[in-house]
Amino acid sequence: MRHFTFERAKSVDEAVKGGAQPEAAFLAGGTSLVDLMKLEVLTPLRIVDVSRLDLQKIEARTGGLVLGALATNTDVALHPEVRRRLPALAEALLSGASPQLRNAATVGGNLLQRTRCAYFRDLATLCNKRTPRSGCDALEGWTRMHAILGGSNQCIAAHPSDMCVALAAFDARVKVRGPQGEREIALTDFHLLPEQHPDREFALSPGELVISVFVPTTAAAARSRYVKVRDRASYAFALVSCAAGLELSGGTSGRIIREARVALGGVGTKPWRSIEAERALAGQPPTKDSFRKAAELLLAGAQPRRDNAFKVELAKRTMVRALTLAAEGA
Amino acid sequence: MKPTITGQPLARIDGHAKVTGAARYSAEVQISGVAYGVLVTSACARGRILAIETNDAEREPGVLAVITPKNALRLPDTKVPENDRVVQVLQDDRIVYSNQPVALVVAETLEGAMHAALLVKVHEEKEPATVRLDDEIKNAFEPEPQSASGKKSADQVRGDPARGLREAAMRIDETYQTPYETHNPLEPHATTAVWNGPDRLTVYDATQGVFGVRKKLAKMFALPTGNVRVLTKFVGGGFGCKGTPWSHVILAALAAKQVGRPVKLVLTRPQMFGMVGGRPLTRQRLSVGANKQGKLTALRHESVSTTSRFDDFLEPAASVSRHSYACENMATSHRLVRLDIATPTYMRAPGEATGGFALESAIDELAHALKMDPLALRLASYAETDPTEDKPFSSKSLRKCYAEGARRFGWAWNKRSPARADGMLVGVGMATSSYPAYFSKAEALARMLPDGTALVTSGAVDLGGGTYTVMSQVAADAIGLPMDRVRFDLGDSEMPEAPRSGGSQTAASCASAVLLAGRALRDKLVRMAVADAGSPLLGARPDEVLIENGRMTANGRTDSFADVVKRAGGAPVEERARAGPDEARKKWSLHSFGAQFVEVLVDPDLGHVRVKRLVGVFAGGRILNARLARSQLMGGMVWGIGMALHEETVYDEKIGRIMTRDLADYHVPAHADVQVIEPYFIEEEDVHVDPAGVKGIGEIGITGTAAAIANAVFNATGKRVRSLPITPDKLL
Repeated sequence: MRHFTFERAKSVDEAVKGGAQPEAAFLAGGTSLVDLMKLEVLTPLRIVDVSRLDLQKIEARTGGLVLGALATNTDVALHPEVRRRLPALAEALLSGASPQLRNAATVGGNLLQRTRCAYFRDLATLCNKRTPRSGCDALEGWTRMHAILGGSNQCIAAHPSDMCVALAAFDARVKVRGPQGEREIALTDFHLLPEQHPDREFALSPGELVISVFVPTTAAAARSRYVKVRDRASYAFALVSCAAGLELSGGTSGRIIREARVALGGVGTKPWRSIEAERALAGQPPTKDSFRKAAELLLAGAQPRRDNAFKVELAKRTMVRALTLAAEGA
Repeated sequence: MKPTITGQPLARIDGHAKVTGAARYSAEVQISGVAYGVLVTSACARGRILAIETNDAEREPGVLAVITPKNALRLPDTKVPENDRVVQVLQDDRIVYSNQPVALVVAETLEGAMHAALLVKVHEEKEPATVRLDDEIKNAFEPEPQSASGKKSADQVRGDPARGLREAAMRIDETYQTPYETHNPLEPHATTAVWNGPDRLTVYDATQGVFGVRKKLAKMFALPTGNVRVLTKFVGGGFGCKGTPWSHVILAALAAKQVGRPVKLVLTRPQMFGMVGGRPLTRQRLSVGANKQGKLTALRHESVSTTSRFDDFLEPAASVSRHSYACENMATSHRLVRLDIATPTYMRAPGEATGGFALESAIDELAHALKMDPLALRLASYAETDPTEDKPFSSKSLRKCYAEGARRFGWAWNKRSPARADGMLVGVGMATSSYPAYFSKAEALARMLPDGTALVTSGAVDLGGGTYTVMSQVAADAIGLPMDRVRFDLGDSEMPEAPRSGGSQTAASCASAVLLAGRALRDKLVRMAVADAGSPLLGARPDEVLIENGRMTANGRTDSFADVVKRAGGAPVEERARAGPDEARKKWSLHSFGAQFVEVLVDPDLGHVRVKRLVGVFAGGRILNARLARSQLMGGMVWGIGMALHEETVYDEKIGRIMTRDLADYHVPAHADVQVIEPYFIEEEDVHVDPAGVKGIGEIGITGTAAAIANAVFNATGKRVRSLPITPDKLL
């Protein structure tokens, strides 16, 4: 690990000031940052510890939930209002990592989680995300865990978060505070596509600190599910995952989808929300046929590689499963 | 006397020390003045080191040395002992696999050494390399007989397999593949080397065998064997990758000599992928024929496995077919293919685990083709004697294992089980397990102390299976003492020599030596008593002396071990014994056997397989401790789940580098993957196998498991997966 200075912020303002310094990094749960610092994939010179700031609160308001940036994954997942009003989020969180990690990992940290691309973590290989314009060994390498959506000729690293997939599907907005004050960023704009600058992953300016996340809790959110497919039963990153929510109208015989929400994980370079698929579902009956058609639409632009071609079909099936479960209700 | 303590399901005596952290593993050994070594490893798979920039690293505070091939101490001998693995110890500029040691940083602190290691800049000249089996299969060659396959020749033929296949009513001809795997014990490899003067070396090493480490160090540093001492008190898993000393062991000693300080070198998890071996990839073709009744008419098993460019390790995958089924026409062969990879090594039932997957899958395919119960097909070709060696089995209770397993599992083979209400497909499968009963030369020393307690030693290693406990049990019975008056110690090359803990042989070998030494000590004490004028037993016949709890009784008079020792002057009374295979043992075919039955649930859309229940019944001779035996078998069965569903070491084929270098990318079963595991055993009295009557159960639990699971997946889905692991994509 490279030497660094360490300061514990006593207030948000102090944190923002510290975080705006060159080569600074915020430390919250540390589950990703410390790991990458040990590998020297990340080598910040200045660590600003924000873990003691008063940002742990989870608030249930009319119309939505406010998740404090320092609320732990466990606290969010077990919160009764989260479970009731946005079950997909609770399921997504519980499907990630292990209890120990979830007890330490925070909402803000999860938003800023880095990819698990094996090349990103291996200093002996080429990675444009780690070292801009140095090349990417993953493109022609072992791509089983890589993205099939949103990649570029510079980077195909998959976004690893489960939580962000659920948040992306349900119009979450991230409140950040920086040297220029506070602003809100839609979760779907928070993560950037790699394009020609895979090293730039977040729509954040230097010093901007995540304060909280607001998620509107709609009828579709209340009828939502998260399905994750992985190589073992627990403690593995997603091959494919899907957060889905439905608002249905009509009686039991002639139900119609009023509104649908869909986002995929494990397949995109960022949490993959599909407005197009959601539009295709609106007005359709909640049947496997409609689900499959929407899934075909979503995956039409997929660009699989040698080892991850299976993800195209698996993603469709996962999406059908999540929508089916959502239609069945909790 | 009938054993009373041996066999009891006692809790392990080192359990408390382990859960409280009092047990010191090799990396935890505290040595004053120790410096820390961290390896720098290669990026490319084949080439030459052009230059190594060490300035930045050397400038870091606390860095004592950056050792590279340029400045490394020259070893007097770079050859390794026979049957040992070739190592890369900074003696030349060659790169022969990716992640090979190319430099070693030694610093005052671990953190300092780790950081400095990342500042070392290695310039490599890459040469064309390949890690793809298909690129080199044209150069496959027949390996020399190796010790891993019992020094048997690579190819064996019996009868006329071609005719057997021609005349078969049903034939299966399929190719199976098992992937590269990496052992991943929880405890990393760790070596602390301390020089006591220019020619005396003490090493604390995470190893499966202290004597092998001593031998290699003594040879490479040209020291008398007696000048090297190796200690290993606790091992946090080995699974084969601590069976032979690898490069880091030699490098720790080299660095300690070079910097004039004790050096501790612990591998990082990523460094454990390659440098310390792994299971090679195997590709196996099985051609099996049977008549209409399911009796085998031909069995051909051809295996190709990978090895490095510079050393031969053979995974004896086809060997399992030589002992499993009665069949007149049989052919087995092994070929090796050289690739630009690190040398593979023994891993969790080498040969039987990989070969058993192919053989037991093929047998299931044959049963399905014949529309026969796969258990009935196995019974139709039950081998009453060893089909290759024409020898009787020293003991074989496989029929009982089948019957007991089928009963406990509720085996009813009736095609497909209906899907569950939640849509999950249900499947059942079974397979045969087997593993050779190895027995090697071992010595033990039993010593009676004046306080009436005994200290028994043998330089074996406890990999976590419970050697401390079971040897204490055997010693207590042999000497005639209760458990709490016997102490068994191990893991020191100054102790009587014991074989490496590998091949499931420690219980058999070491317990036999302990048994003989304990009995010899007991007999000596009796002889001393009956000849001792001060003993109430003076004049009694030794064979009329009864022994219990350290007391000797004859004709209503008693004496104690403690008193005998005291009267003799108080110096400990000791006896040493050696056990080992003799000529008579060669008359027998010696194997443990078992049967495994499994129920799986498969998600028909998403491809996820869940092993709902795994029942295994095993016969491995005498069971020394029922509780620990159960744990070992259970552990083996969990390995089998990992082999079936999860484990795979993946290379980037373009750069020739392992990319699954941590436990997030290299999957072993998580708790949630392990549901109901039911290991049982059938006790056997086997007087031919070794004095202790033990056949070894350390590895048999993994044999057959992967096939049983694959067979159950087929039963559930109709899809036959012939290439492990069975990941969701293979079932879409």
